Order: sequence, then structure tokens, then C-alpha cells
Amino acid sequence: MIQLKVNGAEQSFNGEPEMPLLWYLRDVLGLTGSKFGCGVGLCGACTVHVNGQATRSCVTVMRDTAGKEVTTIEGLEKNGLHPVQKAWIEINVPQCGYCQVGQIMQAAAFLDSKKKPTDHEIDDAMSGNLCRCGTYQRIRAAIKAAAEEMA
Amino acid sequence: MSTIANVSRRRFLTGGVIAAGALVLGVGYYRKLLPGQKLPEETNADHATLHPSVYLGINPDGTVWIVAHRSEMGTTSRTTLPLVVADELDADWKRVKIEQAIGDQRYGDQNTDGSHSIRSFYDAMREAGATARFMLIQAAAHEWGVPAAQCETDLHVVVHRSTNRRAGYGELASAAAKLPVPDKRELKLKQKTAWRYIGKGEVSYDLQALVSGKAIYGMDARAEGMVYASVERPPVLGGKVKSYDDKEALKVAGVRQTVPIDPFQAAPAFQPLGGVAVIADNTWAAFQGRKKLKISWDNGANETYNSDQYKNELRETSHSPCKVVRNIGDADAVFAKSGKVHEADYYVPLLAHASMEPVVALAEFRDGKATLWAPTQNPQAAQDIVSKQLGIPKEDVICHVTLLGGGFGRKSKPDYVAEAAVLSKKTGRPVKVVWTREDDIKFDYYNAVASMYMKAALGAHGKPTAWLQRSVFPPIPSIFDVNTVYGDPGHLQQGWTDIPYDLSNLRVENGPAKAHVRIGWLRSVANIYHAFGIQCFTDELAHAAGRDPLDYLLDLIGNPRTIDFKGVEYPNYGASMDAYPWETGRLRHVTEMVAEKSGWGKRKHGKGTGVGIAAHRSFLTYVATVVEVEVNDQGEVRIPRVDMVLDAGLVVNPEATRAQFEGAAVFGTSVVRSGEITATKGAINQSNFQDYPVARITEAPYQTNVHIVESDAPPAGVGEPGVPPFVAALCNAIFDATGKRVRDLPITKLGLS
Repeated sequence: MIQLKVNGAEQSFNGEPEMPLLWYLRDVLGLTGSKFGCGVGLCGACTVHVNGQATRSCVTVMRDTAGKEVTTIEGLEKNGLHPVQKAWIEINVPQCGYCQVGQIMQAAAFLDSKKKPTDHEIDDAMSGNLCRCGTYQRIRAAIKAAAEEMA
Repeated sequence: MSTIANVSRRRFLTGGVIAAGALVLGVGYYRKLLPGQKLPEETNADHATLHPSVYLGINPDGTVWIVAHRSEMGTTSRTTLPLVVADELDADWKRVKIEQAIGDQRYGDQNTDGSHSIRSFYDAMREAGATARFMLIQAAAHEWGVPAAQCETDLHVVVHRSTNRRAGYGELASAAAKLPVPDKRELKLKQKTAWRYIGKGEVSYDLQALVSGKAIYGMDARAEGMVYASVERPPVLGGKVKSYDDKEALKVAGVRQTVPIDPFQAAPAFQPLGGVAVIADNTWAAFQGRKKLKISWDNGANETYNSDQYKNELRETSHSPCKVVRNIGDADAVFAKSGKVHEADYYVPLLAHASMEPVVALAEFRDGKATLWAPTQNPQAAQDIVSKQLGIPKEDVICHVTLLGGGFGRKSKPDYVAEAAVLSKKTGRPVKVVWTREDDIKFDYYNAVASMYMKAALGAHGKPTAWLQRSVFPPIPSIFDVNTVYGDPGHLQQGWTDIPYDLSNLRVENGPAKAHVRIGWLRSVANIYHAFGIQCFTDELAHAAGRDPLDYLLDLIGNPRTIDFKGVEYPNYGASMDAYPWETGRLRHVTEMVAEKSGWGKRKHGKGTGVGIAAHRSFLTYVATVVEVEVNDQGEVRIPRVDMVLDAGLVVNPEATRAQFEGAAVFGTSVVRSGEITATKGAINQSNFQDYPVARITEAPYQTNVHIVESDAPPAGVGEPGVPPFVAALCNAIFDATGKRVRDLPITKLGLS
């Protein structure tokens, strides 16, 4: 039995301990905000926070989540929208939107540790998150806008 | 005012193939449900009090329901088409609710590809809105006892100014619903000056949902009692299962059963590829069980296919005379005079779509009927193939369209939806088939590999006195008939037969190539390789002549004229040549404008930096692009700046259009940097983003500036046309920076480091 917290709520899991967190979130808990993109940690669509760190849930197995606090897009902000989400709206970032949840989770964790990031730092932090629609220049602009807002 | 309606109607009638599809609307366009009559799946619009069009309904509380009948994959068509309805209705956008249509031919064409959603449905959307507005005005006029001509609309209300009376759309809905639906010729379309939304645009209706994880994609669809499937497919196209052993697979916790899927018959078309499915309680268990399958394959005839060898074959074919698809003058006679000749081979490999949402579908077969939830660009084709595969009438297939996590043409082909339906029938449960990224890349409908041979005889100022171009590529129709080896007019038109240069001697040819993988549409399709060949060869000739590439390109485009396609089968993307003539003046204009916007020839570029230019028309839109690159000593390519100018006629949603062109630059970057699918013994070598990389934020253009030409010409495409000239301009910029000519994509083969 694996005990963990998901978006603040206690959960216990007694399935296959090798199951990736992503599929637990999506198929077992029905939290479908986190996306499946590659299954091997190459695209970032599945990014969630584990104890506040941006983490690829598709390569994080349930065994390693015991006692951890997991936050998904559904729990990123209790009331309304997180400043990163607001910036995503203001800059009109998404096209298809499929990767954007992962982008937002990555950016939110990044901005927790970096207050006034440079372009280079932003690109570095976001280089593991793919967007096939090609919204990168808006992602960069939105992260800057969110950083202003959070400063 | 009625002349406007007539002009609009005339264009509708003469719009060629697409308009013919749209005219299906005539059947159901004004259909009001009779008591007891039931549609397969009714929309809120169908049930609204005032319902003068399949696209629209208005309730007494003032809510306006607008049906989005095209699929949303990020181009914002789900927002932009309803915006046109709302504008013509004079509706308050905040009171509009958009609902997604199921697949149903009463909406007309729903195949969301070919960059034609706005073009093909702009008139229909305006008519839908104008019809409701007409009826609301009539209702108010009757109520007030005044002539309708004295009434007008303001935001969501009808007003009679001289008596200062106003009535909201909601309160008028019931009375309006009792009136006859007007004939199109009675409609008064708004003047441009009165437009609220057209030309101004709106952000996506789904924006809030998209950033909060609430948007539902195909991957997120759920049904009561559903199970998950992962399919091991024949590694070689046309392969079959000889035998399989599922003992170990069935031991995996959560795995319920395995189910064989029949291979396709005759040609692949949109049929499942066949193989063995593992059915499980969750996605991961299905993936794990599948890894334990032991399958013996009969690979079939395509086992002999090797992409390296195939490349040589295409090239060889292109070096001999092929089928002539357009001819002007006598190029051979000029070549025979043995003047200065320049020739080159260009090559683009197979490309995969790799949308961020891998292919996925959910289906439930119950009581002889199938219900589908799919991220499909083409719900009516999904109905067709599922109806054939299950042997049930098309009317008994309900296809719900979810949001699409990218499509780029892949999701126009509903083979994956058919898989889900077949498996649901065999298991008696709702089945969600989840493709892994590896499946998505290995079992794609690839953009065709193409080899192009270019030859020009050069006269005064290095200008071509004769021009020959041959392209050889496996054609898309081969998925429907495996013996099809020549390009069809629909794909030869894409930047090949319509080479826009003012040439006295021109021969355009196409050679045969047999397909060994499924070939399909990918964002801008044949334009990618054709524009690459022509626009880079042009740049070569400019440099050979010692001329400025911009100046040389403009010289070749020549004076403004309308291209005469006499003797050429030129479908013009399904649009009429009257409404959408090929005007070289517009190509010239965007080229001149991009030079100005990018500071061509004015900005200094240091060592290792370069600029490139290209211009191309596709999907009826004229685009010119300037790309700046930096290539360092390690051969790393950076793209600090891109300028694009587009003339797409009337642009309904400029903000969404800019986003499409920004994205096209990134898509094109992937093509140039790393896009390559290869095959060994018929099986695809690539599998995931480590060996089929797509551009990351560090590799994509840092800044893309998109400039839209103001135009009253009828609307053209915006989703695809940004890609082809970008690819060529980037390659030309790399030459400018390094002196190395890109003729073979991707540039990993160029040896920049």
C-alpha cells in the first residue's frame, strides 16, 4: 500500500508499484489534466509537481511517490488561476493546448525558484517541454509577464 | 444591399469542389425538426426556440447557440467560424455558447484539412447569422407595427430609432420562430464598416479550459465501463500475423484479454493495419501486456523496402524524362544550344506528424450502433470507415469530436477510430485505443519523400532562358490504390505546376514512384518539397549570377499578371479561378513588403550569420519570408529573427492568424533541422523524440514577426501556408551564413560542424 497526497488529499494505492504516476493520475484518479505525450520523459506534457519540484510523471513510478505530495494542474491554485495561467491567457499562448498544462506546471515550478529570469534561463528551464504547434515565443513572453506579476 | 447577397451567392455557386460540398447544406440548412422527428444526436441549437439554421439557435433567455462543425486542433476555427455568425447576427459574443457538432453531413464538409474552413464556410456562416437577424427584425417590426426597413440591430437587440423602442433577441425569439425562414436573396449582409468581430478576431473560446487542464481531448475521453487497448501492429505495411502467443501477456496484472485485428484488404485507405490488441483495465497494463506478446509476422512484399536505396531510385527516375504536366515553349531546344546551364538535385525525406497528442480513440458498440469519441479532423470519414468495418449503416455511427491535441493532417485519417470500434464490437465493451508515441511515429501516414531535379539555362544577367523541373514522389492516392505511382493534379498543383515565374521556356514533369508506406497529408503537404526545390534553386541561380537574391527573385516573378493555366490540370485548391486567380502581383507585393519589414540589405550581418528569402503561394495565400540565422563554429544553428508577410485576402481573426504563422516557422524549423523518417526492410527506424526530434524552445526561431496584408479579396488559408517558404528561406539563410548549399534535408547531413 502506497500512501501519498494528491492536490492536498490523502490517497492510498495498492496496485502495481511500477505503474507510472501519470497513469495513476489519469486512469485511476481521473485527473486527466496531465497529458501523455511520449512516455519516456522527452516531451514534458506529463509534468506535475512532486514536493514542489517539476517532475515527469510518465517516468516516475508509484513506488517512488510514497509519502510525497503531488500537485497537478487541477490543484495548482485553490482559488481561481495561478499567475502563470493568467499570463498564459494574457499572452494568448495556447494553440491546440495539449502540451500547455505541462508547460505551465514547468514554468510555475521554475518561477518559484527564479524570480527574474533572463531569456537564456527561461529557455534552459523550458527546453524539456515540447510544443509541436510552436508557441515558444509566447511561452517565453508569458513567463516574463508572470515573473513580473509574481515579483 | 441585395447585390452583396447576390455576389456572395454567385461565389458560393461557382466555388468548385468545396462549394459543391457546402451546398449539401441546402438539404438541411433550414430544416426545423418536425414533432416526433429525431436527429441522431441533437444539439442545443436544434432545440432552441429560434432555429433557422443547423449552425444556430436562440433561446428566450438570449443565449445564442452556435454549432462548430469543424474540428479544433489549435487553428481556432472552432472560435473563428462562430465569430462570423455572431458578427452577422450582431450578437454579443459574451452571450454566445459554442457546441461541437458530431459528424453529420447536414453540416456540409467537416474534413478540417486543406486550410479551408474559413474560405469554404465564410458565406454560409454569414448567411446563418443574417437569416436569424432578418427574422428577429421582422418579429420586432410586426410587434411594433412599423416597417421592418425602419428597424435595425444593435448589440443583441433590435431597435426602432425614431420611436426609441428596443427589444432583446431573447424576447423576440418566440415570435421570430413563427415567421418563415427568408430566402438567401432577401438577406442583407452587414457592411464592412459595421463589422464587430470580423477582421478584429477573438481569442479561443476554450482559452480558460486550455490553461486549466479542463479541456477534453481524445486522450481524456471516458465512458462507463471502458477498457484500454494497446495494439501491436505489423511492423511492415501489409504484413500479417502468422501466429501469436499471449500466455505471458495475459499474466500481467490488469490485462483482460487479447484480440486479433484483421489486416486491411486491398489498399490501406483508412482501415486498421491489423495486429494483436491487448485489452486491460488501464493504459499502463495494456502497454505492459503488449510487451509480452510473442508474434510471428508475415511481412509481405514491402519487406524489400529500404529508404536509402529508395532515395537513389527516386533520384535516378528524376534524371530521365518523365510525364510532362505543364509546358511553355521549348526548353529542350534552348538546352541543346549548349549555353550556360545550372542543375541541382533536391531531396526531402518522409516526415511524421508527431502531434503532441498521440493518436487515440474511444468507441462503444452496443445494440448494433457505434458511438465514437475521437480527436478526428474528419468525423464523416470516421463514420464511413466504422460503418464499413462493423457492417452497420452510417446513420448508426455517432462520432463525437473532442478537442485535438494537434492534428497536422494525421487525424484526417481515421484508421485509429476504426481500430477502437472493431475492438469494442469484439469485446462488448467501450474500448479506448491508446497509441504510444512509438506507434504514432511508426504507423503514420507520412508526408511523401520527394526527389527533385532542377535545370536552368542561363542568359543575360543570369536569368533563365529555359527551366526544367522534375519531381518524383510516392503519391497520396496510393493509400487508396497501391498501383498509383504518379502525382495527382491536387498535389502537383502544390507549388509545382504553378511555378509563378515569367519564363518563355518551361517544362514541369512528374515521375513515377511506388509507395511502401502509407503516404498522407501533412501541414502544407507537397508544397514543402516543391517550394524547397524551387525557392532554393532560385537562390542558387541568384548567387551563380552574382545577384542579390531578393532582386533576382523579383526579376523571376516578373510584372504583375494572372497566371494562365491553359492546358494544365490545375484544381486551385478546390476554389474557382474567378474568385481566386493566381496573381503574381500579390506574390511580388508580399516579397517587396517582407524585404522592407526585415530591413533586407540594410542591416549588417557578421561572420557566421546570414539571411535568406523565399516566396510561395499555397492554399490560395501568398507568403514571403525572410529568415536570419547564426551558425557558430560547432555548426549549431540559431534563428534570431524571422519576418513573414502574408496576403490571405480577408483575415477574420488576425491574432489567430499570427499565431498560425509563428507556429509554421517552428514546424518548418523541425523539417530543416531534424525531420527524417527512414526504413530498413520495410520497417520504420524512428520511434520517439530521441530519434525523431522536433524543435525545442532553444532551437526554434527566437522572434517571428508576422505581417498581414490588408485585403478585401475573399478569404484564403492560414494554417499551412507559412511552412513552405520558411523552409526554403531558412536553407537559403544557412547558405548565406556558411557557403554550404542545403539540397538534402534535414541539415544533419550537411556537415555544418
